[in-house]
Amino acid sequence: MSERDRQDCLAERENGRKKEPMPSPAFPLDPLDRLIVLATQDGLPRVARPYHAIAEQVGAAPAEVMARLQRMLENGVIRRIGAVPNHYALGYKANGMTVWDVADERVDALGERVGQLESVSHCYRRPRYLPDWPYNLFAMVHGHDRAEVESKARQIEEMLGNSCQGHEILYSTRILKKTGLRII
Amino acid sequence: MDALDRAIINRLQGGFPLCERPYAAVAEQLGSSEDEVLARVERLLRDRVLTRFGPMFHAERLGGGLSLVAMKIPPGDFERVAEIVNAMPEVAHNYAREHALNMWFVLATETPEGQREALDRIERETGFPVYAMPKIREYFVELKLHV
Repeated sequence: MSERDRQDCLAERENGRKKEPMPSPAFPLDPLDRLIVLATQDGLPRVARPYHAIAEQVGAAPAEVMARLQRMLENGVIRRIGAVPNHYALGYKANGMTVWDVADERVDALGERVGQLESVSHCYRRPRYLPDWPYNLFAMVHGHDRAEVESKARQIEEMLGNSCQGHEILYSTRILKKTGLRII
Repeated sequence: MDALDRAIINRLQGGFPLCERPYAAVAEQLGSSEDEVLARVERLLRDRVLTRFGPMFHAERLGGGLSLVAMKIPPGDFERVAEIVNAMPEVAHNYAREHALNMWFVLATETPEGQREALDRIERETGFPVYAMPKIREYFVELKLHV
């Protein structure tokens, strides 16, 4: 990449960054909440009374730990308590990030509908980086093979209709790193 | 993987109970025993059929910053750049993808302001520009990987 290209890319990036994401309210965590997050961000213990085990670790009553977790579920700090399956191990060997150039005034209504599709596991609106990257709607599609991903992408294409100017499917070829998110 | 494994995977994608003995509660729903469910969950995690089991935190509501980041790396530099990027604790997942933008990772920082500093550091250390794509909006998605 020439220095000129690099400068152009950086300039575009600045443009892209001007679009601030929609604010998500942050909920203040008190010290006990933080201890509970730290104790559970690697997962729940596999013991008969997992919340009691966490309570012992953080030095609080089990009922208090469960109440805190319940509150964090209610205010959305915790999306859910559950398991994340490894798609690949379950036979979903093709992972396609489908990206779509959708008219700005239609993207939110259509994004909600795309998110409802059986085949879509994540769906977001993100900034474009013109001219390199015209896509503003991202939908992650998993399939047993690429043909299945492509047929699922055709479903999305039909749903978007003439509100969509173009799309691509970016297949992952290698997992370079995979760890859980660590925020605090 | 048998029918009980599949039932456990499907059941655990939804809400795990918040009660004194949640594994027993799940076992009852599935017609199994607490010990059996505990052993199965442990094995599914060990065999990497499940990659995580526990609370899924919402990074932004925890006060953190989160972005999907893409980079366009020439093949000859790819491994070197991957090493630099992967070494950063802020980088959670990193995937190679077939595209001119061939490296895609998730950058999670303690604060939204931390994003800028981390992005600048990546550009400085790798010598390549980053395309940061924080979500503008998240659309509702149901959990539905039925097995």
